[in-house]
Amino acid sequence: MVISDKEVKDIAQLARLELNEQDLAAIGFGLRQILEFVQQMDAVDTTNIEPLAHPLELDAHRRSDEVLETNLRDTYQRVAPRVENALYLVPKVVE
Amino acid sequence: MSAYPETVAEIATALAKGEFSSVEITRHFLQKIAAHDGRLNSYITVCEEHALTQAAAADTLLQGKVAGPLTGVPYAHKDIFCTKGIKTSCGSRMLDNFIAPYSATVSERLDAASMVLLGKTNMDEFAMGSSNETSYFGPVINPWREETVPGGSSGGSATAVAARLAPCATGTDTGGSIRQPSALCGISGLKPTYGRVSRFGLIAFASSLDQAGPMATTAEDLALMLNVMAGFDKKDSTSIDRPTEDYTRTLNDPINGLRVGIPQQYFSSELDADVAAPIRTAISELEKMGATCIDLDLKHMHLSIPAYYVISSAECSSNLSRYDGVRFGHRCSEPRNLDDLYCRSRSEGFGAETQRRILIGTYALSSGYYDAYYRKAQKIRRLIRDEFQNAFANIDAILGPTSPSAAFEIGQKLDDPITMYLSDIYTTAVNLAGLPAVSIPAGFAEGLPVGMQLIGNYFAEAKLLQIAHQYQSTTDWHRLSPPMQSGVD
Repeated sequence: MVISDKEVKDIAQLARLELNEQDLAAIGFGLRQILEFVQQMDAVDTTNIEPLAHPLELDAHRRSDEVLETNLRDTYQRVAPRVENALYLVPKVVE
Repeated sequence: MSAYPETVAEIATALAKGEFSSVEITRHFLQKIAAHDGRLNSYITVCEEHALTQAAAADTLLQGKVAGPLTGVPYAHKDIFCTKGIKTSCGSRMLDNFIAPYSATVSERLDAASMVLLGKTNMDEFAMGSSNETSYFGPVINPWREETVPGGSSGGSATAVAARLAPCATGTDTGGSIRQPSALCGISGLKPTYGRVSRFGLIAFASSLDQAGPMATTAEDLALMLNVMAGFDKKDSTSIDRPTEDYTRTLNDPINGLRVGIPQQYFSSELDADVAAPIRTAISELEKMGATCIDLDLKHMHLSIPAYYVISSAECSSNLSRYDGVRFGHRCSEPRNLDDLYCRSRSEGFGAETQRRILIGTYALSSGYYDAYYRKAQKIRRLIRDEFQNAFANIDAILGPTSPSAAFEIGQKLDDPITMYLSDIYTTAVNLAGLPAVSIPAGFAEGLPVGMQLIGNYFAEAKLLQIAHQYQSTTDWHRLSPPMQSGVD
């Protein structure tokens, strides 16, 4: 499966990564190498094998619906790049 | 020779007897860090003031005879664990400005044990790497030979312990990140069963694979550290609600009658001959101690690296989507619009290897490719897990090399991702299956340490540490430390 430069650009856009033309060639080359390498998996027939998402196949713990945490908004927003009136500031989205 | 003992067990005993204070031993390590770490680069942040405050508090407990087993023992903490009020960078520019607003459960447990945090150790960016060269804070040097890497991703922790800049350290292991650097630096390192140690506050790379564990010079020290680190945590939905045990309790039991599986796949052409030789000698040592070694055939082992890179990259692309330049971490200057804010903050904040993994993961999860890559890799994961389970019906442990070669040169594999990934060829299957495994020193290859890996069944940490401790009771590889340049010792 060959991945084109256009596909690399599209994936980068999905992942919100900005690639310049110089990066594009190098990253595309690396991706092609890796995707080719992982195709070794195709040599094994896995038709009736169930996928394994988690090694111990655990269920998530359940607990009663009680409030256990206090509001730590101010603490958590102290590490934010820009905050005003407890709101995260970003460039204008709606004109 | 240093006036202070080197192991956690010896330091703890001496502290309890009052032979020296926690402040004294803490100062000793801080001085060694100041003397040697400019060159080795094993710490990102040294917490001098914080450490001395913790040490003074530990001394009060020791004097009041209300101390725990590791009260006042210093340690180094991988910079992937959140530590409240202390920079937690994960080796990335993205988090260079991140002062953790809360502590990881592991950090809290070490605090509660009154251990002393010397500093936060260097690591591959977001734990993605096998050489510690992807860190935003520069490569770490292997103290055994300055031109070589310490392994990764817990390379800073491995170098700090090997160079005796800390008696023990924490690490995390997603595909070998505790075991491979432990092997390359000649120390002992344990990756526990998935879910045994809490992942809460451990910055996520691949959530179904990540597991934290101890790194130290001896198996006994690993057991002491694990006693502190392990345990159920309600804050981690994948933590296992099962009582812990005293991991030191069976260390001195003999290993006669033990059945050890030797997978032929671990001695294939990828393995350097000068690494194979000490491992074969170690097998003979264990046989002399009464273990029976049995040939093992793990047919799907060679697929662990492809399956691992698909699964770990997929989980990484999902986990790292939280770094958006809005709530915490790096933000680009003067964003033109919201999309530009996301794209530039991420491209500036993440290094090349992290971006590569995000792209692989995004591709593997994208519409049309999901079945061919991610689902396929999860099916292979089951085959690998089942193969291990079948093997453990007849054996107590699996033995082989930890890494196919000793430490390699800085820069040697950096431009070749596949070759770099293959340095984890013997370790990633363990993470896919969620099993515990330990790496301990087993000799040298042309002057560089060689690590032996022991893999156990689920929750067999005590068994692995017992085998490792028994081996270390008859060998002294773990006692050897690299020659250090003159200065403070």
